[in-house]
Amino acid sequence: MNRTARRKALSAVVVVLCGAAVVVALIPLFFVFAYVLQKGFSSLNWDFFTKMPKPVGEPGGGMANAMLGTLYLIAIASAIAVPVGIIAGVYLSEYGKRPFAGLVRLTADVLNGVPSIVIGIFAYGLAVLPVKHFSALAGGLALGFMMIPIITRTTEELLNLVPGTLREGALALGATRARAAFSVMVPAALPGIMTGILVALARIAGETAPLLFTSFNNRYFSARLDQPISSLTVQVYTYAISPYDDWHRQAWAGALVLVAFVFIFSVLARVVTRRLERMHRA
Amino acid sequence: MKNPSPRRSADDRGFRTGTGFFAFLVVLLVAGILFELYRTSALSIAKFGLRFWSGKTWNPVSGEFGALPFIWGTLYSAFLAMFLSTPVALGIAVFLSELSPRPLRTPLAFLTELLAAIPSIVYGLWGVFVLVPLVRRLEVAAPLWMRKIPLFSGPPLGVGMGAAALILAVMVIPFTSSVAREVLRAVPATQREAAYALGATRWEAIQVALRYGRTGVIGAVILGFGRAVGETMAVTMVIGNNPQISASLFAPQYSMAAVIANEFTEAADDLYLSALIEIGLVLFVITLVVNALSRLLIWIVTREVRAAAPQDPVAAPLAPGAPA
Repeated sequence: MNRTARRKALSAVVVVLCGAAVVVALIPLFFVFAYVLQKGFSSLNWDFFTKMPKPVGEPGGGMANAMLGTLYLIAIASAIAVPVGIIAGVYLSEYGKRPFAGLVRLTADVLNGVPSIVIGIFAYGLAVLPVKHFSALAGGLALGFMMIPIITRTTEELLNLVPGTLREGALALGATRARAAFSVMVPAALPGIMTGILVALARIAGETAPLLFTSFNNRYFSARLDQPISSLTVQVYTYAISPYDDWHRQAWAGALVLVAFVFIFSVLARVVTRRLERMHRA
Repeated sequence: MKNPSPRRSADDRGFRTGTGFFAFLVVLLVAGILFELYRTSALSIAKFGLRFWSGKTWNPVSGEFGALPFIWGTLYSAFLAMFLSTPVALGIAVFLSELSPRPLRTPLAFLTELLAAIPSIVYGLWGVFVLVPLVRRLEVAAPLWMRKIPLFSGPPLGVGMGAAALILAVMVIPFTSSVAREVLRAVPATQREAAYALGATRWEAIQVALRYGRTGVIGAVILGFGRAVGETMAVTMVIGNNPQISASLFAPQYSMAAVIANEFTEAADDLYLSALIEIGLVLFVITLVVNALSRLLIWIVTREVRAAAPQDPVAAPLAPGAPA
């Protein structure tokens, strides 16, 4: 075999290997989805959504309190993170060239990579240690801290996509910079910002580690901020490591609900993103 | 007339300070985490000093805390995961940015990124009930001569370092691949065209692109490493939770994040809690350094392109681990 043929053959081999890499990554994706769908659907019933957990050993019951708890925690987290994230994003987009903005950007990216369990310890020190008991507030704080960098960065990126002429137009009409930002720029970028929030929500809804010792778990539901609260993820974890078959079954059902939630949000974000892209190209 | 309207410029200053305050909160958050973790782990830091990091005994009852087995477990599992995932992740990045037919590109990218969207707890559940039994069957089937190698020694339990490394590898693939893809996209097309013009094959042209963006590619790999180090739930559920230092893939071991997840609510006395938080502090510092480093490397490669013409600007911030 001459040199050229060898080079061509090597090239073909590498091309095939790269394609194989994609297949290799999709195999676990397929198997995780297949198991979650199969085991989850066979365990999912109406009780799962409407009933509270039954005591140990008694079959049946559901995760109504855990689902409600997850929604409650997400609401607390959003109440903290959405305003902070959006306003910080506005700052980055308006004053992005300052050295301080560079620092904020770097910290936000770094914060994004901090293990969720470490954020959990921080929330524990902030909201559990001083009062000596677990609370929904502590869990919501932990999740909120995780959302802030995601929302900040997406808001900035999406504001930067809005044509600068809009801002200049507003300023030329005599608007202050605050007015131009909040009444012109932010509304123009709103669909994208909402998408960013959706992505952040999908991400934190599946978090378990920061909740283990902040919101802890609760067999009942209480809407009080200072009481422990159950969440879908912690409940799935508790059931998964338990020795009972019925609880394993429910853990799979819980996993299915989680995956469905995450999947719907990811697809939704995708669709909105595509539409925005087309809009801005036009 | 330097300042036509003093009221307006005061308004603008107010706006800058006001929004700047919220941006400052982000910085404050990271500083706060560092301070808080240091404060609450002071007891353990003062009592054990550096001994904490070389000690191999973890005995809450006798009040002896050595974190070496956890560090070993974290680093070993993360390195194994990188060993398994890096070739696959780079293969995906190359395929999606250089080779894939256009209509396949978007759906394939979406599917690989979906791997990052699956919650850690779901991976853990799948790991416990599907992967671990599978690994156990493989371990039982391992021939005797293989079991004599330290890498495969010990009883076949299923749970252990091997299962943890496998699940971690799957979990970090999308992070490394999506950033590497972004880096490859930032490599100017002229690089490849020049290679083709000189008669290069496809693979040779890809090598040129990879070499051009190597700093960023390394950054992408480091980013994946940072993810692997901090991953908690899935690892906790399959690694075996036994604080021992072993090179064997069969051996149940423990990781830093896992010990925090398992023992935090059980930590009855202050010293125990403080020791666990010190592990958290180190985990935080490691990920801080690793992330800052990888962002820097990625930024070096992508900045010129970003300045010239941002490509696919909407999709970028939404991708997992995108440097954006």
